[in-house]
Formats: sequence, structure tokens, C-alpha cells
Amino acid sequence: MSDMGFLTARLRRGDMSAVEKLWQISWSFVLLLCIIASFGFAMLYSAAHGSWQPWAFPQLARFVVGIALLISVALIDIRTIMRYAYAFYIAVLVLLIVVDVNGVIGGGARRWIDLGFINLQPSEMMKAGIVLALARYFQGISIDDMGNPLVLLMPVVMLVVPFGLILIQPDLGTAGVIVMGAVVMFFLAGMRIWKFILIGVAGLSAIPIAWSMLREYQQNRVLTFLNPERDPLGAGYHILQSKIALGSGGLFGKGFMQGTQSYLNFLPERQTDFIFTMLAEELGMVGALSLLSLYVIVMIYGFAISFRARHQFGRLVAAGITSTLFFYFFINMAMVMGLIPVVGVPLPLISYGGTAMLNLMFCAGLLMNVWVHRDVQMAARGGFSEL
Amino acid sequence: MMVNRDSEWVRMFNRRAAVLAGGQAVLVSTLVGRLYYLQVVESKRYAMLAEDNRINMQLLPPPRGRILDRFGQPLAVNQQNFRVLIVPEQARALGETLEALSRIITLSEFERERIKKEASRKRGFLPVTVHENLTWEEMSRIQVNAPDLPGVSIDLGLTRFYPQQENAAHLLGYVAAVDEADLNGDPLLQLPGFRIGKEGIEKVYDMALRGKAGASQIEVNAFGRIIRELERNEGEPGADVVLTIDERIQHYAAERLGGESASVVVMDVHTGDLLALVSNPSYDANAFSRGLTSDEWKALSTNDHKPLVNKTVAGQYSPGSTFKLAVTLAALENQVISPEQTLSCNGRYVLGNYVKRCHKVHGAVNMTRAISLSCDSYFYEIARRLGVDKIAAMARRLGLGDVSGIGLPGEQRGLVPTEAWKKSVRNEKWSPGDTLNVGIGQGDVLATPLQLAVMAARVANGGLGVKPRLVRPALSAEGPDEGPVLPSLGIPDAHLAILKQGMFDVVNGPGGTTTASKARLRFKEPDRRDWTMSGKTGTAAVRRISIAEREAGARDPGELPWHLRDNALFVAFAPSNQPRYAIAVVVDHAMGGGGVIAAPIARDIMERLLDLDPSRKPRADDEQVATTAVVPPA
Repeated sequence: MSDMGFLTARLRRGDMSAVEKLWQISWSFVLLLCIIASFGFAMLYSAAHGSWQPWAFPQLARFVVGIALLISVALIDIRTIMRYAYAFYIAVLVLLIVVDVNGVIGGGARRWIDLGFINLQPSEMMKAGIVLALARYFQGISIDDMGNPLVLLMPVVMLVVPFGLILIQPDLGTAGVIVMGAVVMFFLAGMRIWKFILIGVAGLSAIPIAWSMLREYQQNRVLTFLNPERDPLGAGYHILQSKIALGSGGLFGKGFMQGTQSYLNFLPERQTDFIFTMLAEELGMVGALSLLSLYVIVMIYGFAISFRARHQFGRLVAAGITSTLFFYFFINMAMVMGLIPVVGVPLPLISYGGTAMLNLMFCAGLLMNVWVHRDVQMAARGGFSEL
Repeated sequence: MMVNRDSEWVRMFNRRAAVLAGGQAVLVSTLVGRLYYLQVVESKRYAMLAEDNRINMQLLPPPRGRILDRFGQPLAVNQQNFRVLIVPEQARALGETLEALSRIITLSEFERERIKKEASRKRGFLPVTVHENLTWEEMSRIQVNAPDLPGVSIDLGLTRFYPQQENAAHLLGYVAAVDEADLNGDPLLQLPGFRIGKEGIEKVYDMALRGKAGASQIEVNAFGRIIRELERNEGEPGADVVLTIDERIQHYAAERLGGESASVVVMDVHTGDLLALVSNPSYDANAFSRGLTSDEWKALSTNDHKPLVNKTVAGQYSPGSTFKLAVTLAALENQVISPEQTLSCNGRYVLGNYVKRCHKVHGAVNMTRAISLSCDSYFYEIARRLGVDKIAAMARRLGLGDVSGIGLPGEQRGLVPTEAWKKSVRNEKWSPGDTLNVGIGQGDVLATPLQLAVMAARVANGGLGVKPRLVRPALSAEGPDEGPVLPSLGIPDAHLAILKQGMFDVVNGPGGTTTASKARLRFKEPDRRDWTMSGKTGTAAVRRISIAEREAGARDPGELPWHLRDNALFVAFAPSNQPRYAIAVVVDHAMGGGGVIAAPIARDIMERLLDLDPSRKPRADDEQVATTAVVPPA
């Protein structure tokens, strides 16, 4: 590394050329994402009974676009990202409002904006938006500042507004992921532990109120989760069938494209939310653990990048993104295994879906961006350090 | 390297991030544990559940309602039949499977093409019918070879069966496979081999006959074998439709017509119940139900006797002299002539440039004699005095020129011309010659056999506006003579009496001079010996007859090609003094006039009708046994 000394100094100043930045990108990380996505292509191919259409090929095309997006995001100067973090957040917030208003006019839950080539899902984009905005806010705030409740007021508002907008869509899963992502940010930024406890108690006591605000089908999902036998042909049917599919897969699975449960249409949404069930049925516990391990490796990369970054913003972004990614796959897997109620959260990089795929690649790009710019010196409020 | 004031924050961050990562690691390990529990510990149980616990929904087609005659005799019923189905999704290669199947049962190239077409149109998991009406042998051979025939299954279905075969085909119509144009989102229509009504009663009452689909929730194992039924909703079977038809009369009339291209309509003059509606020649509706071969279709569609047309409602004929009923009543109502006044017929009628011939020299005739002799000269004169519009008004009151309301597909309105009609449709002025033609039921006048029967019934029942009825309104209205309340047409009884006297004389006239004198009723029993039939003949030309031909005198119809011969018509009612039934007989291109050909047919049917008297008498049991003994073909 001694002959790289000149580079390290320039890295610290942040005036690298694009080629130097490309060199800095962790290509092993990109390869890791490709392997995970390949699991997805294979399962989508199988879900369509051995056909590239209608899912596997479009998914592949989006992934290629996603790789380009990842690299482009990684090359942007991190200070530029920080400067525009609020702008991005507000833009997504506006889109959320547009979707909600349209949904009201359209008379139902509408979560996306049709751009023709892609259905833009603002709630999905908010997962990155909230992490960026909070990291921007907490950049330069010391532990002492965190003791001041007024300092916490602003970021709480920044969380509550999009959370409410997504909840009324209603999209319980995404709203949950956003809250959990934000809680992680507060925690890492140094919020006092007793405040978490206080909010936790307040949250628990608010459950009856929240319950009454849930739509009937959401209430049913929770009730069915608590007691799946309650309705074996209705809402409990999905969980039951999913568990049967998983369990019957066994250690080594029924073989690629041999999953009887998914083949005979017993699995709902086998190309999106329940794709992990299909994978575990066809590839068995071995296949499921392989995928889980790949995700864990991604997590390790994420935390390593976070520890390695020299600025608060980068650390917070990296840890926040990594945690969001974690919640994605944890909630999805726990749901199909019957550990938590059925909520519509996709399996990252594998479930069929345009916005989710691009959003994930965007998040991965942010992670890479932090890695590439890990040594850049930043002032408390962004811009260049006056050291 | 790190700035001092930040190092405290970094330590805090690292500590907390480590806690966070540790927490996430714990959660990941719960996932691993759950996977282990589901896929290793409980794997056997779930594997069994996966085998057995598969739930399928199946749509149950409702049995189609029956069509019955007025006494409950079956005219259209359902019959069990075995058929082969194929689920394209489960057949690895459709072509190969069909090839294998064709080694067991005969499959024509045409059938194979149809199956492939249907398979590409439907969703892959919906079965397609390959072949119907399997014999036991074919069925067992398919079942033995089942392992080589993936996706092939045998199904017990219901097919439509018409026990009367040809006798009521036009009336009943038939059922046939659903066309693409019929698909309207009803999942029933997607079922393999589902049949819908395509003609006649089957079409008109299709929705009622069809019923509502049921559903069955069954558990199937991994190979699609049915384990048990969870829930079954039978749906609603189609409703039966009870017709006013008496199958015996229908049957008899069809037989009596033999090979003629002809139609017969029999009607109760008080209730309007149609007791027979026969169009001849006919076809076997069962052939349509099973599917016609192209040869059969060709034979039916190219036959010049038009077996596919329901002539009773879709055939429009010049009514000929039967139309004189309307002209007579119009003349009496408008007092253009007194009934006793005689006109002289010298065999020709001259009006300006028009020279019309009568078929005979009748000499001096009064009104009743003019009717019984069907003297054209007399009717030319009163038609001229009336003008066409007054004739048309009476014809319409008697039911001509409009659809009857029984709703059979293809029913025609007929045509009652007026001066205004000719102006608006042809943009020509009405000429006096046109009126003369209308006076004897030729020219532009057109009527269906059903309309002619209605006309006869309205005269017979004393001028009441009876309407034909094909379906019994409700089972409770079973009692005899219980018909609808009929509006009066406002024709005085005195006028009807004169017309009826003329019609009586047509059949029973003195000295056997009348054309239809061979058509007297022949009852011998003391209580029925004096029963008579009253009627009116008609012989309608279907071609222009040149003056030269007229001068040469009537030609033997045998000299003419079939399609140029005159139509023979006869309308009648009986008994004359207390009418119960009206009949209209139309024989296309007959070997003689209405009196020679049509009247004896009407007489025979009327005798049978008065014997059975279906409007008043319940059906005798011995007759019932005889009909139900008809064994459906295997």
C-alpha cells in the first residue's frame, strides 16, 4: 500500500478522477450482488414454468440497468450527495403525496406512478430517502447535542410525515421498514437509550389506537398470523401453503423447476413476495441457507464500509442502508416462514419488481459511494473541510 | 487521524453498530433455526401435507332444464355420455398425445385441428373436449392406456337428447358448442363441451334452461388425484320449460305431411295454445347436439325443401284465397255490398286496362256462395269497392302483418300492403290492379302459416283477439278452458256468421261442388256424427302467369318443375258450431290446389285433434306408456 500513498492523500481531499474512483469500487461486492440476482433469475425462470417470459428476462434487463445505476451513484462526489440529500428526500415526499392523492381519487390503494416503462413506487424510494436525509441531519451533531430534545424534534418530523403517508396507502410492510431504518439511524446517531425505552412504552400503549386504524384485511392478517387455523381456506391459506411448500422441500429440495406446490399454483404471488418459499421448496434448506449466507456477506461488507468511513455522514448512510437491506430480507423470509404476519415486502434483488430492484441497486450504489469516498474529509455541515 | 472531538462519537458509533450487527445476527439465526425446524424437523409432515393437501376448485355445470309438452312428455332431455378430455398444460406435447389417442379412438384431422385451436385459445389448465359419446370399449381402452396419455381424462357428461328426433326439431331448436362470439365472461361457457341453445325454444329460453353453475372444492394430491371433496355447492339446475304443444298431434301432423315441403300450425281458438307447430321436412336435432359431419351439414343446407328453415314462422307465403276471410269481413264492415246481393261471374273481370280471370265461370254468386266457390270475380269487385287500406286494416286486426309474440328466432312479420307502404318502400303509386291482386290474396300480401292459423282462430272464436302461446304460463293454470281474457276485435257476430256460413259450405257445401268437399269430418259416433269443419282453401301462384297460359287453361301441375308449382293452403276450424281448434296447412309447390292437397291433411289432423281433445282431456295412460317406451339410442 506504500506506493498508493499519493492516492490516499488525494482520496482524502476528494478530488479523484472518475477512473480512480472506478478503481476504488469494490468489484467483489458487485459480483456478490450478481450472484444473488442470479438466484432471482433462476427462480423467476422456474416460476414461469421454464420460461424467460414474463418475469426472468425483464428482471435481468432491470438488473443490468441497476448495475449501471450503482456505478453512476458510486462515482458521484459524496459531498454532492450530502448537499442534495434533503432535496432528494423532499422530492420523494412530493411523489408520495401525489400517489396518495391519486389513490384517493382512484378509489383504492395505489402505490405507484406509471411512467410508461416503469411503475415508480415512491414508498420504495423513501427507504433510501429517509436514510440520506437523517444522515445529512445527524452529520456533525455530537453526542452532547443529541442530549437536547429539540435537536431530535426535526428528524422525528422527517420520519413521521412519510411514515404516515405510506401507512395510509396502505402499505404496512414498507412503512415498517422505514420506521425500523430510521430507528437504527437515531440509535447510531447517539440518541439516549432511555428515550428509546420511553418511546417503546408509549408505542405499546398506542397499539389499541393503531389497531382501530388498520384496515380490516390488515387486522385479519395479524389475527390469522396469531392463529393460522382460524381460516385455513382464507387469509391463513397463504401462510399454510407457504409452510407446506417450505417444509416439503426438505434438506436438498425437490429440484430446480420441480416444486409441486408452486407448480400447481398453490403458492400465491410466487414471483414476488413468496419467491423465497419457492426457492426453499425447489432448492431445499441448502439453497435457502446459501442465499441467506450471501445476504449476510452483503451485511458484513456494509458494516465494514461503515466502520471504515472517516465521516459521520458516510458511517450513518452505510449502516442505515445496510440495516434497511437487512429488514427487507428478514421481514420477507420471516413472513413466508410464518414468523410474522403477511406483509408485502419483496425479497431484495430476487422478487420480481422494477422499483424495488432499482431502489436496491441505488442503495447499493450509495454503499459503494461511501466506500469510494471513505477517506474524504467533510465539514460538519457538508462541503469541504477547512482543515 | 480522526479529529479529537469526533473520537468520542466514533467510539459510541462503533459500540452501537456492533450491538446492532449482533442483534441482526441473532435475528438471522432465528431464520436459520426456523428453516431447520420447517425443512428438517417437520419436513416429513409437510411433505405429506404437500402430497395430500392440495385444494382445487371445479365448476359444476348445472343440468340443463328439460323441455316438455303440455302433458309433461319429454321433448328435450339430458342423457349421460362418456367423453375424453385433455388438459393441454398436463399433456407434455399435445400433438403427440393426440397421436397416441388416435390409435385408440378415431380422430379425424378436422377434430385434431379443432382441439389444437381450442387449446391455444383457452388457458392451459382448462380441459378441452377431445371426443364425445364414447362406447364402453373405447372408454376402457383409454383407461388402460392412461399412463401413456398424460393430461387425458374421462368425464361423465350430459348431452342433450331429443326423444322426438325429427318431429319438433324446428320448434325446439338445438344446442351446440359455444362459439367465440357467445363468450361473455360467464365461466360456465368456458367449460369443456358446454352447450348453449342455438335455435328455437332452446335459444329463446336458454338462460332459464341453463341454470346456475355450482362449484366443488376438492383436495387433490401431487398427481391431481382427488382425495376428498371439501365443499360442494350444487348450483341450480336449469328450469324445465313446459310447452303448449301436444307431442301426439305434433307427431301425427309431421307423419301426415310425409315428404312434402309443408307446414302445419294447430291452435286452440280460445287460449291461443299452439298444439302443433310442424315444419317439414325436418332434421334430427340430436345430430346437432353431437355435432354434424360436414356431409350431413351439406345435405341439410343444400336441400331445396329447406329443412333448416322453420316455415311455420319464417316462411312467408301469398295467402291466396285464404285471405278472402279478411276481405269478406272488411266488405261487411264497410257495407260496400249486402250479403244477399249477387254479382255475376263470367270467368273474367275487366277494370279499365286490367283483365283478370276467375278460375271458373260461376254465374250469379252472393257472398256465402262466393266464399264457398272462392269466386275471384266477386272478390275483385268488392276489393275495388273497398280500396286496399280498408282491407289492410281488417287483415291487421286478424293478426296478419306483424310478429305473433311467441318469440321464436327467425319469425317473419309477413306483409299487409297499403297505399302508403308502396309509396314509402317502392316509391310507386298504388294502382287499382294492385288492389285486385290483394283482393284474392296475391300480389304483395304475405303471411306466415302461424298468422293464417291466428286469423282462422280469431274468426272461429267470435272475433276475439286471441294470441298464440307456445309456453304454458304457469303450472297452476292447468284447468281446462282457463285461457287469457281476450279483447274483442269489434267484429259484429252477424258478419262472422255470414263468413262462417261460407266457410262451412267450402267443406260441407251441397252437392259436393266445392273444391274441399273431400275434406269432411268422418266421425261415426252418434254424439259426434254432426261435427263439421269449416275452412277456406287457397291456391297461390308462385310465378307470373302469362295471358297466353291463362287462355290455354289450367295446366297439370305435374308438367311443371317442382319449384314453379302453386302453393296449396287451407285454413280451418272445428267443430263448426262450437269451434275449439284452428288449423293452417301450407304445402309448398303442391301437386294440386288447397282443396285437393291441403284440406285433406287438415281434415285428418283435425279428426285426430278432436279425438284427443288435448285442451280439455287429460292424457290417457296407455298413450303415455307408448311414448315413454321410446328407448334412446346407445
